[in-house]
Amino acid sequence: MATSDCLISGEPSYEDVTREIAAPLERRATAKWWIAFAIAASLLTLGAVLVGLTVARGIGLWGLNKTVGWGFAITNFVFWVGIGHAGTLISAILLLFRQRWRTSIARAAEAMTIFAVMCAGLFPLIHMGRPWLAFWVMPYPNTRGPLWVNFRSALLWDVFAISTYFLVSFLFWYVGLIPDFATLRDRMSGWRKRLYGWLSWGWDGSAVSWQRYEKVSLLLAGLATPLVVSVHTIVSFDFATSLIPGWHTTIFPPYFVTGAVFSGFAMVLTLLIVTRHVLHLERYITAKHLDTMAKVLLTTGLIVGFAYATETFLAWYSGNPYEQFTFANRAFGPYAFGYWLMVSCNVVVPQVFWFERARRNVPLLFVASIFVNIGMWLERFNIVVISLSRDFLPSSWSHYVPSLVEVGIFAGSFGLFFTCYLLFVRIAPVVSFHEVKTTLFEQTHGRTSDPASTTTASRAERPEGVHV
Amino acid sequence: MSERHTRRLHTLVVDDADRAVAAVSSLRSEGYHIYDVHTPFPVHGMSEAMGLRESRVSIATLAGAGVGVLAGLGLQIWTSAWDWPLNIGGKSDLAFPALVPVTFELAILAAAIATVAALVIRSRLCPLGHTPRTQPHQAVSDNRFVILVEETDGEFDPKAFWARVRALEIDEYTEAWRVS
Repeated sequence: MATSDCLISGEPSYEDVTREIAAPLERRATAKWWIAFAIAASLLTLGAVLVGLTVARGIGLWGLNKTVGWGFAITNFVFWVGIGHAGTLISAILLLFRQRWRTSIARAAEAMTIFAVMCAGLFPLIHMGRPWLAFWVMPYPNTRGPLWVNFRSALLWDVFAISTYFLVSFLFWYVGLIPDFATLRDRMSGWRKRLYGWLSWGWDGSAVSWQRYEKVSLLLAGLATPLVVSVHTIVSFDFATSLIPGWHTTIFPPYFVTGAVFSGFAMVLTLLIVTRHVLHLERYITAKHLDTMAKVLLTTGLIVGFAYATETFLAWYSGNPYEQFTFANRAFGPYAFGYWLMVSCNVVVPQVFWFERARRNVPLLFVASIFVNIGMWLERFNIVVISLSRDFLPSSWSHYVPSLVEVGIFAGSFGLFFTCYLLFVRIAPVVSFHEVKTTLFEQTHGRTSDPASTTTASRAERPEGVHV
Repeated sequence: MSERHTRRLHTLVVDDADRAVAAVSSLRSEGYHIYDVHTPFPVHGMSEAMGLRESRVSIATLAGAGVGVLAGLGLQIWTSAWDWPLNIGGKSDLAFPALVPVTFELAILAAAIATVAALVIRSRLCPLGHTPRTQPHQAVSDNRFVILVEETDGEFDPKAFWARVRALEIDEYTEAWRVS
């Protein structure tokens, strides 16, 4: 079996798996980690200061105007929610389809989901202008009537969708971590043993519990799958239920969900290429994983390209002059640069992944994933800002340029994301112990067991290795 | 007053998942009672070898989803059509399609919480409680598979079995718990 086709390269024993995955948690943080953490924490601090300034002085500090009321904040919100979707796709949907290659990357992808949704949630909150009244979006008995929230508003659906998404993703992630925290508890000593003891909830690895645990994982995956589709669908309703040309279109739900998976996979690639290198996890996150993720990127990139073509065609075919103008304005108006950059990043760049050599070229993958991240951010900017800036009445047209405060808060959200991720790799195993051991068991099945102890002959005859 | 109970168990420690499954099957076919098996990962085939019934945790999921749907619909219908109806663009107070997203999200949320709660309760996990209830071997979360055979009538001779399953260690383990 060629090493490049393995999901776990070499033939580590269960003990090796435990040792190698736990190693980054057991040694002191490396210089690379500290440098990365210093940069991330600085950005986070910058963001926190600017958010504080925004809360104190009001959103007049931003570049918004009467025409373009949704600018960077909403663009960033949609961008970050989208990033999260790949995590759920990898951890839940691929679990249901029994795609074994998800094993090594699912944990990091789920962590990414949670941190991305945290970043996403920040933006609508500060966009409210008076974030200390944010609890008004929850339906609770109050002294104002009680005046209830408007359940017919897509923005309120969003509140429920994003909160549910965060909570369910967190539960799924945490349940996956329980047995791994138990492994760490049994390895560590002193205060760390106590810490992982608390986190592992007394997991004892009993077969009865494992059986129930696997069922629970499947059920949570089954719940997360429709959830992830619903979340970006509801985010797209924020736009699609309005009358703004460029927003008022039925293609939005599938278009948003695919775009979300596309951008999320790009972010997973960016993160994992760095993580596997820095934490020396090349044995578990192999060329095969990167290759498969590049294929997903190519596929979803093609769907996104098709969606661009469809919405442009329908804008023309609708015969609606406002709709036609909006699309012409995207391609040839004052923000044309953003549009063509988006098309280049999202449609042209992924085409290199038709070639296997490109899919296995790590530096190229890294650069391409960054381009896709930029392209998908621009897609949201194009949808949110360009559509708003020139709608029905030329007299109300306007131009939007973000202020430095908005740019700083966006940078700060990356600071928040990477700070959380860097802390995560120091506290929790980036690759799941028990899932890798399960994959290893299946991969080496029929080789380590001798006929005397093998229960059935058919098991020994199973072909070697787990191929996708 | 709480009463102390104990259960004496024989432990067979092996380092191979297949061998653990085979040992469990053969012990059971000879009439021994397997109390439990502790493994570092879910070993496929172990549940069948142990003769475990399928987990019924999905009942909790379904119940949670039902509660979520009822709570979601109830909340929305009561607040927007009964307690303080608002006229928004002349739309119906009970526009059913508008109620779907929130109902759906609450159903998923309640189902997920119920599922995890069922796992915690049935597997007797204790959030933030740091000692495992049963820990027959330190490396059971690393690379050891531990079979716990219940001593029912003293007939089980672990030494004879040791060679057959090529166990690394045999030992006795007394599980103790309190019932108040």
